[in-house]
Amino acid sequence: MDLQSAKMIGAGLAAIGTGAAAVGVGFVFGSFLQGALRNPAAADGQQGRLFLGFALAELLGLMAFTIALLILFVF
Amino acid sequence: MSGKIDPMHQFTVEPLVPLHVGSYDISLTNSAAWMLATLAIIGVFMWGGMKRQVIPGRWQVATEGLIGFIDDLVKVNIGPEGKKFTPFLFSLFTFILVANFLGLLPLAIVPGWHAFTSTSHFSITGLLAIMSFSLVLIIGFWRHGLHFFSLFVPAGTPWYMLPLIIPIEIVSFLVRPFSLALRLFVAMMSGHILMEVFGSFIANGFGSGSAVGFGVGIVSFLFVVGVGMLELLICALQAYVFALLTSLYLNDAINLH
Repeated sequence: MDLQSAKMIGAGLAAIGTGAAAVGVGFVFGSFLQGALRNPAAADGQQGRLFLGFALAELLGLMAFTIALLILFVF
Repeated sequence: MSGKIDPMHQFTVEPLVPLHVGSYDISLTNSAAWMLATLAIIGVFMWGGMKRQVIPGRWQVATEGLIGFIDDLVKVNIGPEGKKFTPFLFSLFTFILVANFLGLLPLAIVPGWHAFTSTSHFSITGLLAIMSFSLVLIIGFWRHGLHFFSLFVPAGTPWYMLPLIIPIEIVSFLVRPFSLALRLFVAMMSGHILMEVFGSFIANGFGSGSAVGFGVGIVSFLFVVGVGMLELLICALQAYVFALLTSLYLNDAINLH
């Protein structure tokens, strides 16, 4: 296998991580909805934590995307 | 038949007004021009809204609503002592918000023009992140002195866990500016790459003249409409997340647990 093909395969493998982050983000919002529907009065106060959890979960997917870009365009 | 898809071209920083001082290149680039446009829009928005009328007009309500939004964010996350940081967080939030939205303008229908997202560059978001991180450091050491280092020891940690907890806390503290900058820059860049790639699918699909190409073009067009709406959401969300995380970090520095 030459370097170019290996790079493409590696970038594709790195992009799997974004799917994992999608699971994480879905889990964050799903859990929030589960809690919020049980106690809607308390839901508004927790929006900051909701977006904090979203941001932290999303960051890991973005990092996987960055790795894919680094493999494709930098090395 | 099919044009080469070059999604990275839109991020090129090119000089508009070449300017050299000594060996330094301080040309006005398209990035700087879009940041100036961002500044001008925020300036007009604030200037039109700060009328202090007793019965506010629409514009004043919009401006006061935006200020009230950030004010609430600061009150909830930092508390009464954070009031003096509201202007900083407001500037940060509005700059990122307007810069993100300006990058989505469909200016490319004018030949030779294309919208440039200044926040899709690590140098810009990195600078914003360094600003908020250094503010956290300055405020933390100013208010608490060397006691600020107790940030690395969560309250109530058993002593035998300390050798494990302290390195983790230090690393998670030091990685903050990096993650803050990376999140905004990658979110902006990946959205624009996605739109560019599927936009090229539309052009190439319709340009190919075949039935399959036509179908691909239609599907890509519907997809781009959806992605465009998602991008609008992401633009607002990333600006909010940046302001929210900065306020949480400031809270750490101000109200040391």
